[in-house]
Amino acid sequence: MIISVASGKGGTGKTTVATNLALSIGKAQLIDCDVEEPNANIFLKAKLNEHEDVTVEIPEIDKEKCDYCGKCSEFCAYNALAVVSSDVLVFPELCHSCGGCELVCPQNAINWKRKPVGKIEHGVVNGIDFFHGLLNVGEIQAIPVIKALKKKIDNKKNVILDAPPGTSCPVIETINVSDYCILVTEPTPFGLHDLKLAVEVVRHLNIPFGVIINRDGIGNEEVDFYCQNEKIPVIMKIPQSEKTARLYSKGIALVSEDHKWHELFGLVFNRIQEEVRK
Amino acid sequence: MKQLTIISGKGGTGKTSIAAAFASLAKNAVFADCDVDAADLHLILKPEIKKTMGFHGLKIASIDKDMCTKCKKCYDHCKFNAIDEDINLIKESCEGCGVCEYVCPVDAIAMVERDSGFAYISDTRFGPMAHAMLKTAEEASGKLVTVVRENAKDIAKDKKKNQIIIDGPPGIGCPVISSISGVDLVLIVTEPTLSAIHDLERILGVAHHFNVPAVVCVNKYDINKDNTKKIENYCKNHNIDVVGKLPYDPIVTESMIHEKSVIEFSDGELSNNIIRMWGKVKEVLSR
Repeated sequence: MIISVASGKGGTGKTTVATNLALSIGKAQLIDCDVEEPNANIFLKAKLNEHEDVTVEIPEIDKEKCDYCGKCSEFCAYNALAVVSSDVLVFPELCHSCGGCELVCPQNAINWKRKPVGKIEHGVVNGIDFFHGLLNVGEIQAIPVIKALKKKIDNKKNVILDAPPGTSCPVIETINVSDYCILVTEPTPFGLHDLKLAVEVVRHLNIPFGVIINRDGIGNEEVDFYCQNEKIPVIMKIPQSEKTARLYSKGIALVSEDHKWHELFGLVFNRIQEEVRK
Repeated sequence: MKQLTIISGKGGTGKTSIAAAFASLAKNAVFADCDVDAADLHLILKPEIKKTMGFHGLKIASIDKDMCTKCKKCYDHCKFNAIDEDINLIKESCEGCGVCEYVCPVDAIAMVERDSGFAYISDTRFGPMAHAMLKTAEEASGKLVTVVRENAKDIAKDKKKNQIIIDGPPGIGCPVISSISGVDLVLIVTEPTLSAIHDLERILGVAHHFNVPAVVCVNKYDINKDNTKKIENYCKNHNIDVVGKLPYDPIVTESMIHEKSVIEFSDGELSNNIIRMWGKVKEVLSR
């Protein structure tokens, strides 16, 4: 079973939920797909001993063959190629590697070279098979790194995908394979507003989902009312407390401090299994 | 005209609350919400929309099933797996490259505009605002950020405003880079947690990569003073000004519930701190 943890709004507690859930269930695989800012390993502390580069293919112009006809730049939907008098400029960070320029080139002047955009790291800790991805600083496209991470999914295990914040492409690329999605929010107007956006996304993708309210008690009841009205199950509430905030700030998982969290996250997992079987 | 973008790397550190507070302090500014994925600034600024513009992101393939001969050339050539074996388009995966249209021997595929969202120009009680809404499961948020920034610049020229205050998205990728390219200063809002410190280092790398000067604000600095010290030392070693240290205060959530900025809602210690920080930011901006 694949469970993704997403949120809309950033900083609501996705990583807290993903790591504690992984630590509470057996035979888990945890994949941190927030490749822009991965934080799960701050809490897991796995020794990362395997590394793998993620590369994308970008065009390289054979200047012997090129006659500067401009067909490639005309075709490119991303403005990644520009033909200026007797040169072709390639803007690798804009390229989506669609292969269109090669198809339209009448001179066969386009070759491909691999360009690193990020990397994947792997480690095992407390029986958890852990992966995360890192987008290189200055790179635009997180998607190729997320796609490379998803190839690591082991279907024999309980897989937890920690998603990036937001509602656009990197989130969709992460959650679209999941059997269930946990949306983590906080009981504030910003939390509620962004939860509604995230709900639209998971409904659009037809993924069963439930809500976890983190820092319960800091704001108002509106998230509860919304979930009731929309018949969305609230599968857990994590109360606001100075202690949990302090543990988080030090990079300590809730379950390693207090065994009750182990049980509570275990119950959440059981509930999700039931919901998915329905 | 000076442009300031508020970013954070890690989400939920307080970007929007600080942007809203700055909005109530700025005298002659335009506000832009560039977190088009999960925009929240409008919940406080309550913009009155004056102009709505349709936003078309990348194009999308449209397959004419009657003309299709199922030769599968499009399926074979699509690098995004956006066409399945029965030649159905998987909308969320299409990146609009146009390869399928090009390879189709019977012209059964056309690239069409997609309605990806809206860009707005609005008035608020503090001044004009540019913002946007990306439709569910749409791509090209970086492109929409660029539209919002262009709109903000146009308003600033038109209304002779000398500042643009931009509320940025979390992360370090495409929409963030679109939000900070060419601005005069970024204010990075961080918090004293190991996660935020890790993310701070990465976002500072991005600012550096694009040659944008950065200053730092440590929000909720008192939840872990040892970590705050670490951030201050790190910034000192890298020659980065820490322009503000804000205490944790439930007033932030309370003012949000009342749809007010912290400055409007309270004149306590936190507000005084933010006022001082705004003074420093203005000073750095004017250098």
